[in-house]
Amino acid sequence: MARDEVLIRGGTVVDAHGRRRADVLVAGGLITAVGPDLAAAGHTTLDAEGCIVTPGLVDLHTHLREPGREEAETIETGARAAALGGYTAVVAMPNTDPPIDSAAVVRQVLTLGATAPCEVAVAGAITRQRKGELLAPMAEMAELGVRLFTDDGTGVQDARLMRRAMEYASALGVTLAQHCEDASLAAGGQMHEGEWSSRLGLPGVPAEAEELMVMRDLALSRLTGASIHFLHLSTAGSLALVREAKATGARVTAEVAPHHFTLSDADVAGYDTVFKVNPPLRSGADRRAVKQALADGTVDAIATDHAPHAQEDKEQPFDQAPPGMLGLETALALALTELDLPIEKILALLSWQPAAIAGLGGRHGGPVAPGAPANLAVIDPAATWVVDAAQLASRSRNCPYDGRKLTGRVRHTLLRGEPVVIDGEAQR
Amino acid sequence: MTATVSAPEATPARPRLSMAKPGTRQHLLSIANLGADGIAEVLRLTDMFVEIAERPIPRVPALRGKTVVSLFFEESTRTRLSFEMAAKRLSADTMSFSVSTSAVKKGESLRDTVETIEAMGIDAIVVRHSAAGVPWQVANWTEGASVINAGDGWHEHPTQALLDCYTIRQQRGSLDGLRIAIVGDIRHSRVARSDVLAFTALGAEVTLVAPPTLLPPTLETWPVTVSHQLDAVLPGCDVVYLLRLQRERMQEALLPSLREYTATYGLTRQRAGLLSDQALIMHPGPVNRGVEIAAEVADRFNSVITRQVRNGVAVRMAVLYLLLGSGVDLGA
Repeated sequence: MARDEVLIRGGTVVDAHGRRRADVLVAGGLITAVGPDLAAAGHTTLDAEGCIVTPGLVDLHTHLREPGREEAETIETGARAAALGGYTAVVAMPNTDPPIDSAAVVRQVLTLGATAPCEVAVAGAITRQRKGELLAPMAEMAELGVRLFTDDGTGVQDARLMRRAMEYASALGVTLAQHCEDASLAAGGQMHEGEWSSRLGLPGVPAEAEELMVMRDLALSRLTGASIHFLHLSTAGSLALVREAKATGARVTAEVAPHHFTLSDADVAGYDTVFKVNPPLRSGADRRAVKQALADGTVDAIATDHAPHAQEDKEQPFDQAPPGMLGLETALALALTELDLPIEKILALLSWQPAAIAGLGGRHGGPVAPGAPANLAVIDPAATWVVDAAQLASRSRNCPYDGRKLTGRVRHTLLRGEPVVIDGEAQR
Repeated sequence: MTATVSAPEATPARPRLSMAKPGTRQHLLSIANLGADGIAEVLRLTDMFVEIAERPIPRVPALRGKTVVSLFFEESTRTRLSFEMAAKRLSADTMSFSVSTSAVKKGESLRDTVETIEAMGIDAIVVRHSAAGVPWQVANWTEGASVINAGDGWHEHPTQALLDCYTIRQQRGSLDGLRIAIVGDIRHSRVARSDVLAFTALGAEVTLVAPPTLLPPTLETWPVTVSHQLDAVLPGCDVVYLLRLQRERMQEALLPSLREYTATYGLTRQRAGLLSDQALIMHPGPVNRGVEIAAEVADRFNSVITRQVRNGVAVRMAVLYLLLGSGVDLGA
């Protein structure tokens, strides 16, 4: 009997193939058996009574801050937060310091991530230094396994450069992901432009700053035949554009962030910089449109845009504080609490659909079947808990949900067969 | 503790500004927190302080032993001096902190600065900052001191609105039913935002007059009408309130030129002739003579611009007294 054998007992397995009552036996990093009443003698046994056993969650959009801003987050602390949130893989965004725009930095992040309690995949920059001027060496990074490229934090402003990037990328079998924001229209904006920005006297970012770039990139995708993934879409208009494009067969995928279906621009009223994020919290109507787009299949993934910031950086006047909020440890519970969708649909948006976009299918996102890698999460969908920002595993505290009561909690997470979270406690 | 939400709709139960009770603290962050009753209370007390200002020794011991700090992160002469004079006339101790003499330039965070100042044992912090919302942050980071918003970014300038209300009431008895035009750069104006809330709370009908580029992007929920034709608005006005035009607006493509602005939205001598004889001309200062208002119009007898400044001290005495008052008889 293998020493690392783990039995997950009493749960309901949910994956892309549906739902069934089954125990799951894991050994040697793989799922070895799935079925009712598997023998338990001598194993590490994880209780899953009343719980859902699912392929581990996959985050397409995580800012781990290392290298460069280790006071806000490290690969280790971010990966621990991810594991506690039920994630077995995250895609690290390239806006680090230095940015992930070369094979050397890709290698550095992958090496640091190799021992983390969550698989760390890497998104490379589209342009050198994320400056939007010259192409980054995408082939060299793709060689190391990078499957997603983005200048996230900013959009690629120059249409000709974006066209060239799409053409170049299409030969590499990689996907470009865009942070859609027209920089000139958004310049100086601190929150969503509308009723609340007008009242609060803060410069706004109009919804159209996002929508213009969605429109442009859909056109460039038609021109080049390349696929495009839209990061953190936040407006009703953007989602309508994607819905229409998908109906005509465009090669487009889209993600939304939990805060865009949970919060709105009214939350900025107290000037708490924890609510400052980019794209900004939008109107109530936009928030409803995000929920609708999740329900009708316009959106392919929920991605956290986990963006840790040190306390001293956030404790500045609103117009100086950096945008971004934590997300890894609350995303699943927010989806279960806020979205009126069946759990199969929610897990598709959090696990197997993003796994496919990230090029991680095969290792992550299921199915839960013998022979598959044992990257799994066990979720109690009925457990209620109150978010305590001070207790989060992230090194930062910029969580906008402090004190909020949520339904649904991660009990166990297994990475390559190893229980990295047991009963909500990180094991390393 | 006072709720810290600025919009009237967001504060169904408006915490009223009233005499401080032991163990509680009150702030003046937004006109929205005051409501019509709170404004009326300030104006009533202001009458008393205007009377005190006319005494041979214009000083009362109402706030003896209290310390008021002015914490100004943005240049301001009249507002800071006005608050300091108000505090001194109430016998409070005053301290002044401005960004050029502080540790802020040495990299100290805003929160550290605020906590250091509070640790000195002070009773009120008067805050001015170029960023909207800073007084809310200061209120959240302190425990004992009352916070008074002396202007935050484009957002609010509550004591300016109170002194504007007082000045209008002094001239016209009441604001109820008055037609008030606010003209100029509404988008970037904290005075306009506070004035709209205060004037409409007291029953005035407010018209905003500006080119679309100088209006806030969304006005749907504001209790105002909007016009781009100053000539059409002026004849029916009881009060015309002109805002200062910042010269850098041309660089942001909000206006083609100062000359064009003056030609279309400036209160020129010719245009002032459209006003009724009783109409008041107001301005929060400092005035750009020849831009938003012609020099000779600013000096006209029914311009109450200097009276606004004088009333500012009494209004700020009333606010400080309401927030910090120890209950000492003002006649003493």
